Amino acid sequence: MQGLDFSVLSDYWGILLAGAGWTAFLTACAAILAFFGGIGFALASLYAPWIIRLPVRFVAWLFMGTPLLLQLFLIYFGLVQIGIDIPALAAGIIGLGLHFAVYNADVIRAAIVAVDPGQNEGARSLGLSRFQSFRYVVVPQAIRNVVPPLGNNLIALLKESALVSVIGVAELVHASQLAISETFRPFEFYITAAALYYGLNAVLEFGLGRVEKKVEVTR
Amino acid sequence: MVKVTPFFVEAAWLTVRISFLALVLGLVLACLGAAARLSRHRVWRAIGATYVSLFRGTPALIQLFVLYFGGPQVGIHLDPFAAGVIGLGFNIGAYMTETIRGALLAVERGQAEAARSLGLSRFQALRKVVLPQAARLMIRPLGVNAIALIKGSALVSAISVVELTYTAQRYIGSTYKPFEMFAIAAALYLIIIHITAKAIAWADGRFAVR
Repeated sequence: MQGLDFSVLSDYWGILLAGAGWTAFLTACAAILAFFGGIGFALASLYAPWIIRLPVRFVAWLFMGTPLLLQLFLIYFGLVQIGIDIPALAAGIIGLGLHFAVYNADVIRAAIVAVDPGQNEGARSLGLSRFQSFRYVVVPQAIRNVVPPLGNNLIALLKESALVSVIGVAELVHASQLAISETFRPFEFYITAAALYYGLNAVLEFGLGRVEKKVEVTR
Repeated sequence: MVKVTPFFVEAAWLTVRISFLALVLGLVLACLGAAARLSRHRVWRAIGATYVSLFRGTPALIQLFVLYFGGPQVGIHLDPFAAGVIGLGFNIGAYMTETIRGALLAVERGQAEAARSLGLSRFQALRKVVLPQAARLMIRPLGVNAIALIKGSALVSAISVVELTYTAQRYIGSTYKPFEMFAIAAALYLIIIHITAKAIAWADGRFAVR
């Protein structure tokens, strides 16, 4: 038993905070990709002709039925085989973004389906075009049901972003590992990394709470 | 591809075992956690809430690393498999605590009140009236947790448990055929998850509210 000594942290705060910064950055990038990807997948799986719809659903099924870690390995190591060599950071963002796009699509699709079909029919019979009805009648109602579950996915995304350390992205876990390789003090650094994640998570939850309140009021 | 398949099947069996053991541990912790969160005593409630908050507020990967790599510094020596089971179990236990708590709270208040006013003790009212109704409500969400756990079990590859993802990673490195290796591992995960989902749907159909 080695005992604990948190004073070793003092030399590494810069590295750890930079790592936390990269975690926040790649989470934000992946979240944007996951958001728009989610909308795209949802619309494709609802409205696209079968030649697009079926492959989209197959990819969604594949992504939901296998671990994210495996998907990251495939994107980072697998695409090299077919001549696409993407840097680790981009591979991490694409992997996380696609993975959560599939989960977001599920949420968005369910929210669109949950809007009473009478709303769409009513709008159409009032003379709105298919697009107008979707844009001005269905979407505003679906958005309210979509905010809390998308928020949950975003929180999950922040935590799952830790996985990209395994393909060598220099985020928070990777920064901790670097410090550990020099100090041999895994407990202190991993606990500190956990505390930083907890802090990022708390900030995110606070922000999402504000957004949810805002959507709630306009109901 | 044919040559490596037996190793993948063996690894898949390890994925099943580690997920199952973590699930059992998680369910036990979740029952205790839910009991603590719904306790009349403030201290228990605080302990339950802290457990849920800490384990849901940090990545599972970090929890595994603290346990496996950090453990020896505080006198906890575990082999990778045991660390994997305990780490995954504590993590999923926090999520399942909230699932069970939610199901218990979803049973209408009047049910417990009526049972109490008929002379049942608090424990009897919970055991005979509230739990049977809550049990039906929690099968499906606990199933969602269980499937998340199976996919999450891939993380233990990072503490060198030779399960499915570790095996895929190893053979991606040695065969340079990542798509084939991914396909074998993915197929095995899909089979495991498909069977689990079927079992959950069966249980849900059997015990669902009629």
